[in-house]
Amino acid sequence: MGEDKPCSRMNPTHREALELPSRNPTADGNAGHNPDWTRSRGEANPAPPAGGAIRPRSAHARRYNTSPLLRSLKTACSLRGGSPAMFAELNELLNASPQRPETGKFTLLRDTRTDGSFLVHHFLSFYLRAGCKVCFVALLQSFSHYNIIAQKLGVSLTAAEERGQLVFLEGLKSCLDLWFGEQEEQSGKPSPLQFISKSTSDLKALFDFVQVSLTPASSDSWKGPVLLVDDLSVLLSLGATPVAVLDFIHYCRVVVCSQLKGNIVVLVHSNEDSEDEENELVVNSLCHHSDLILWVEGLATGFCKDVHGQIKITRRVSLELTGEQDVVQIYQYKIQDKNVTFFARGLSAAVL
Amino acid sequence: MAAAAGGAARGRGATSFQRKAAAGSRLATVAGTRPSVRHGQLLLSSGLPSLDCVLEEDKYGFYSSLLFKYFLAEGVVCGHDLFVASAKEHPDSILKELPAPLLDEQRNELGEEATAVKSEDFQDSMKIAWRYQNLPKMEASPTTSTKFGHYYDLSKTMSPELFQPIKWHSFYLPEELSLQPTVKTRSMNSAYGRLLLSIQRIISQEGFDGSDPQKKQKNILRIGIQSLGSLLWGDDICCSDTPEDIHSLTKFLYVLRGLLRKSLSACVITIPAHLIENKAIMERVTNLSDTVVGLESFIGSERETNPLYKDYHGLVHVRRIPQLNSLICDVSDMKDLAFRLKRKLFTIERLHLPPDLSDTVSRTSKQELAGSAKLLSSGCGAMAIGKKHLDF
Repeated sequence: MGEDKPCSRMNPTHREALELPSRNPTADGNAGHNPDWTRSRGEANPAPPAGGAIRPRSAHARRYNTSPLLRSLKTACSLRGGSPAMFAELNELLNASPQRPETGKFTLLRDTRTDGSFLVHHFLSFYLRAGCKVCFVALLQSFSHYNIIAQKLGVSLTAAEERGQLVFLEGLKSCLDLWFGEQEEQSGKPSPLQFISKSTSDLKALFDFVQVSLTPASSDSWKGPVLLVDDLSVLLSLGATPVAVLDFIHYCRVVVCSQLKGNIVVLVHSNEDSEDEENELVVNSLCHHSDLILWVEGLATGFCKDVHGQIKITRRVSLELTGEQDVVQIYQYKIQDKNVTFFARGLSAAVL
Repeated sequence: MAAAAGGAARGRGATSFQRKAAAGSRLATVAGTRPSVRHGQLLLSSGLPSLDCVLEEDKYGFYSSLLFKYFLAEGVVCGHDLFVASAKEHPDSILKELPAPLLDEQRNELGEEATAVKSEDFQDSMKIAWRYQNLPKMEASPTTSTKFGHYYDLSKTMSPELFQPIKWHSFYLPEELSLQPTVKTRSMNSAYGRLLLSIQRIISQEGFDGSDPQKKQKNILRIGIQSLGSLLWGDDICCSDTPEDIHSLTKFLYVLRGLLRKSLSACVITIPAHLIENKAIMERVTNLSDTVVGLESFIGSERETNPLYKDYHGLVHVRRIPQLNSLICDVSDMKDLAFRLKRKLFTIERLHLPPDLSDTVSRTSKQELAGSAKLLSSGCGAMAIGKKHLDF
């Protein structure tokens, strides 16, 4: 990579260069649409949500931040009927909706002691529904795995690929072509995963692939591009150095988030007392640079049938340098066949 | 008789595979949560015979080689093709030592004995703990309603006639090295590279990846690789803390995963995890595999004489179960599993503590037992590291 590398620390001038949007909901005039629960608990809800009645906030709700919105949302979801396109409850928790996807955001999905890939499926179907062009670097599972689950969530990956909305890099297949296909090297473009067999450990080929897939052609009418990676820890297992992985993410961020005004969602694995130092290095570094961190953990007390784990949502408001602290919310979840239900800690349906 | 049995078994193997495939994304439970006499089938009963299972070896490799042989024996009985790779023993000798399957009459006998015992207990009504009368009887070993799998008799080896119709391929590293002294493999341990080439050749030649549309009778390839990662494969991750090439094993697993996903095959690999110093490698291996099961045997350890474990020969740790084509994985309730090697059978059961009847057990040893019992309750992928969370 010959050109100068932009400074990767989040200093104010660099932040302006990235032109990340401000997080104040009133700026885009949608204040009344989704009440922000992260406001101080003393305030009343500005507007009722669609569907479901609002009950006055009790002292209990105030103390545990279990908004009546969440309870009414559950009834609303069940009343609407039909299978949800993605996890509707997660959309509410994140204040996101497919009609107005945010731009220039870097979301980090992190899992510990459990499997966080359900979040990858959520974001995949979310962005496809939102009409964004998605480049999915799927390193761990085959295409049919994602396709079958996406169909349960109401999105067809084969159809999306055919109409050009989805560029799917199936890591396993690409690696096989690279490893066993002697003749394919000479013909056509180099494999995106060529770092596996060559001695160079930089991920330039992978970055070129992402850039080419997401750069909009003149005939495209999709909303902003999205890069989805599942998962980044596999790159380390395949021989990439942590610095190479971080460089790759940084280059992708400059191109996708700031130049093309798109989003990036990346999944990594981590363990608390892990001995994999390279992985921990990558994960910690990415945590510092993310706008939104969804950290999925298995329960510390062991396996439970009704509560599969807890999710910690961290909105990195502190990156905006307005003096505010990061906003952290913790919920527990249970994964079902086609949906994931979220609830406040200790309020699982099995307990109530 | 043998041919007919083979034919019938092949029929059963083929139809059971097709039924599951038609059902689409049904998942079944994994090796560690059923009695291991059936485990050879479970990889296939998931509807996607494209799994790989990593078996962490116990200290002396005794029990893991037993499970390895079960997997291959199940393949023989169902009529699947086999591919055996080893650097230690010649695959011929491995295949000669497969356990013999139990015929149906003997299996019923075993079943009858077990039920006879159960019905006796049932008739006594409880006098002291009468509140517990209405609770369902605890199953020591999880049983299923479907008959899917075979029992094997460890005291006998499989007869050669059963073996005749089976097509099997072998990879014995010292032989391969002498046949082809130099093979170009890029950026991976050469032994692993050769093994990959060999597996890929078999898969494409025999049409397991669907490349041969003429072949109507689909079959499954069962791949067994023994002691991967040990020094005999030319990899030094088991003997040094800073190995030369820590990525070889993980690259191998990744390429193997790709091969399995696109073909009708299932693979069981045993790895001497207790010898690998660098734990990061085992973490990466766990992330790259579908199923990871660890065996901890009590031979030679202090637990052999521990009264807590007097009925069992070792513990089974299920570290990961496959989650394919579905958001959730089919997790069973049983988390504490132990195995026991009876005269004829190898079974995996739920670990339960023996009743505490003696008065002479001192307080300190009781606390030790309690501590080790708490450590056992590790969920799959969710270790109860927060011991303090459970203490009152």
